Amino acid sequence: MTGVLPITLEESRKIVQALLLSGKEYVCVMKLHGDASENRVRAVLEEFEDTIYQRPPLRASVKRQLRTRKIYYIDFLEMDGRNVLFKVGCEGGTYIRKLCHDVGEVLGCGAHMQELRRTRAGPFIEEEGLVTMHEVAYWFMQWKESGDDAILRKFIQPMEKALALVPKIYIRDSAVDAICHGANLTAPGVLSIETGITAGSMVAIFTLKGEAVALAEAQASTEEILGMEHGVVARVKRVLMPRGTYPKCWKRGEI
Amino acid sequence: MPRSVAPWMVERKLLVKTEGETDPKYGCRPEERPAKEYIKFGVINLDKPAGPTSHEVAAWVKRIVGVENVGHGGTLEAFYTLRG
Repeated sequence: MTGVLPITLEESRKIVQALLLSGKEYVCVMKLHGDASENRVRAVLEEFEDTIYQRPPLRASVKRQLRTRKIYYIDFLEMDGRNVLFKVGCEGGTYIRKLCHDVGEVLGCGAHMQELRRTRAGPFIEEEGLVTMHEVAYWFMQWKESGDDAILRKFIQPMEKALALVPKIYIRDSAVDAICHGANLTAPGVLSIETGITAGSMVAIFTLKGEAVALAEAQASTEEILGMEHGVVARVKRVLMPRGTYPKCWKRGEI
Repeated sequence: MPRSVAPWMVERKLLVKTEGETDPKYGCRPEERPAKEYIKFGVINLDKPAGPTSHEVAAWVKRIVGVENVGHGGTLEAFYTLRG
């Protein structure tokens, strides 16, 4: 199976959790075990554009208990005999092998996944900055030899890119270091905030320079936070920025 | 049945609560990090080839780029027919 596999280096490993939870898109070749008409295949695929139940397959890296996964869309692309090509956008942790099997069951003839290519993992897509293993080796050598840092930017992206789809809260410089030490984000530290945040949702705390400070769980909605003068806005779950990057601006006893 | 919208199709607006400034003395815009830092806080959008496992591919990147640790976002199983 091929395609988009974001590799996080050193410090950026801290955002892996956000990537695992993020949505994925795949292009898949499904092989039918019997004949079925194109209309029938299209109709059955459409039925799966929904919240579906899946039990992870035998060979899985998670506990095998029934769980729900959202299928955002399935686009039928092509059919050649018993081979069906389709594109699927789904929640992280959806097993496409299982999806093919289940589509086969509903069709009645059975089916299995023949080939799979991931075309998106969260904000990372095929059309933007996707590099092969050969390119990584080549660009890295080029950078080593020339010392031209522009080459690094050809194949490495800042970890902030991985958080592109996570709603953000931008904060004051003076609030940054307290958060790096594990403090929660309180209302006075907030400068601006993206729409669509609800209590309990994951947010990314950013500086005005666009640096990621931490991943946190919002304690209120965007609208509520805009009106808050004090109180905790987001509980910090994962600090991303090293301590001491920004000056310490709090007094002892306040923490 | 209401269909869920894919996260990459959600549009967000930025609403300002209070105006503020940032001091150029501290921190650094992500794209302008010095090389060593840039790598340390970097992600590679890798095109995984068929054959090796996601884990093997990650280990390979770790060796090439000479970093101490790597992780990967979401396992893509190895070419299945080779492993039964």
